Amino acid sequence: MAHRPAIEASGLEKSYGAVKVLGGVDLSVPPGSVFALLGPNGAGKTTTVRILATLTPPDAGRARVAGFDVVAERRRVRRAISLTGQYAAVDETQTGEENLRMMGRLTRLGRAEARARAHELLERFDLTGAARRTVGTYSGGMRRRLDLAAGLVGHPEVIFLDEPTTGLDPRSRQAMWEVVKGLVTDGVTVFLTTQYLEEADQLADRVAVVDGGRVVAEGTPAELKERVAGQRLDLVLGDIAGYQSVARHLGVRLVRSDADRLTLGVATDGSAAQVRALLDEIDPERRAVDRFTVHSATLDDVFMALTGHGAGSGSRNGGGEGGTATGGATGEKTGEKETAGV
Amino acid sequence: MSDAIVLTGRTIRLSRRNLDAVLTAMLLPIMLMLVFVYFFGGAIHTGTEYVTYVVPGVMLLCAGFGSANTAVTVTNDMAGGIIDRFRSLDIGGTPILAGHVAASVLRNTVATAIVFGVAFLIGFRPDAGPLDWLAVAGILLMFILAISWLSACFGLIARSPEAAGGFTFLMMFLPYPSSAFVPIDTMPGWLHGFAEHQPVTPVIEALRGLLLDRPVGDSAWQALVWCGGILAVATGLSGVLFRRRTA
Repeated sequence: MAHRPAIEASGLEKSYGAVKVLGGVDLSVPPGSVFALLGPNGAGKTTTVRILATLTPPDAGRARVAGFDVVAERRRVRRAISLTGQYAAVDETQTGEENLRMMGRLTRLGRAEARARAHELLERFDLTGAARRTVGTYSGGMRRRLDLAAGLVGHPEVIFLDEPTTGLDPRSRQAMWEVVKGLVTDGVTVFLTTQYLEEADQLADRVAVVDGGRVVAEGTPAELKERVAGQRLDLVLGDIAGYQSVARHLGVRLVRSDADRLTLGVATDGSAAQVRALLDEIDPERRAVDRFTVHSATLDDVFMALTGHGAGSGSRNGGGEGGTATGGATGEKTGEKETAGV
Repeated sequence: MSDAIVLTGRTIRLSRRNLDAVLTAMLLPIMLMLVFVYFFGGAIHTGTEYVTYVVPGVMLLCAGFGSANTAVTVTNDMAGGIIDRFRSLDIGGTPILAGHVAASVLRNTVATAIVFGVAFLIGFRPDAGPLDWLAVAGILLMFILAISWLSACFGLIARSPEAAGGFTFLMMFLPYPSSAFVPIDTMPGWLHGFAEHQPVTPVIEALRGLLLDRPVGDSAWQALVWCGGILAVATGLSGVLFRRRTA
């Protein structure tokens, strides 16, 4: 029991019409861990989750979840999992408590058991005060917590969370992270998708980066960050000549170039020593660089490093995930913590 | 089966909190009844008190219009994430749709009873025995059931609640080219074929015959065949549509 992977997928492929959304996805997730699928809109994250949660059959490839085949043993998989999607799957005009009791009844709990389980989950997700209010009056963060609670009613072994914090404000996101971290202590396996490197970093034991329907990198957050340095030094050059000469000098080390703003980006670990050394190396005359800023690496940087193109561009091949189109923009804003230098 | 019961309870709770829709489904037929009885009724000659003539048609309009609202509730579900959650709990399309239909039947039974009450207040005096009333209730229930399930199919096809609302429109106008409000022989000749053979007419004729203690003729079994046929096609079709929509 304990040694088989909670989720195992090999060669998953899926097309919608002429659009290939997944081009052979392989995954293996050990039980009791948090696994994050990190990628931009249209990378195939939602499609992967839908296949693993038995909602969509793959065109090719195989997957087993909780030991059962997602196609042949669909019903047994469904009894072992829960899915919390991008759209809050709770009824706005029912109260929080009614939603949870209904889910309890649908997972074959008796009336009294369903009520007890609802109260337990409301307590745990800090929603007891709002239990008798209709969900329509909840804040975005409360709604997500209730949504997650609804997924836990039936004691699932494997929990799928599709972009659990997209659209939440930073505080609600933080609260949601605490909740997700708490899940693993119960021994369940969590499989989540996200567009935020920081989220994967905070929550996941292992991360797979997907792009264009393929896993382009997999590892622990630390391993991935090593590959993209973790920080980015942006240099604003004084003129176009300086811009071109520094760009030539940096060559393949460039992770960002923006000629209009005369800005070039290079990976760094963010330490003063390394930034100083880089500046000296790039601009020994101390004339070419006007200003610089250090940013924590964004998903865009990870993508630039791993795929050679940015997360926001070039990788939109999925028609099936149109609903999250605004999430990318928010991600780039909130994921980027600026540490301004002089 | 137990899933269907839980989901019926859910839909009833949802409609209790969306009283506007329920009230509209009741007020519209009542208003129409008042308009026809007091404004137009004097000019329409049907051989009986007009209120007595028009009530079966109003009942049917109430039942059809209210049942058509199922399309909207189904589309709302399909548009949100809750269907995926139900499916990931291994709940299929049939219990989900049955929940909507059962709630619709309950909702519209209450609405129809209230409209009957108003009809009595404005002078509707039927001449029906207990068995006739039982038959009236049975035919109305079959009609509500059939239209609710057909409406669920429209809800699966429609991409937005507004589009699904179009079905209520159809159900609101279908009684006009029938014997609901005026005798068919007062309509232009080219309309007779449709008006006499569309499903609403035998239902109205059967209700009218039973309530007014007139010969019912073929209309009762025709009404049941129409309702049964619509129900059979709609349940079959809804299964196919649900699978296609969620694939």
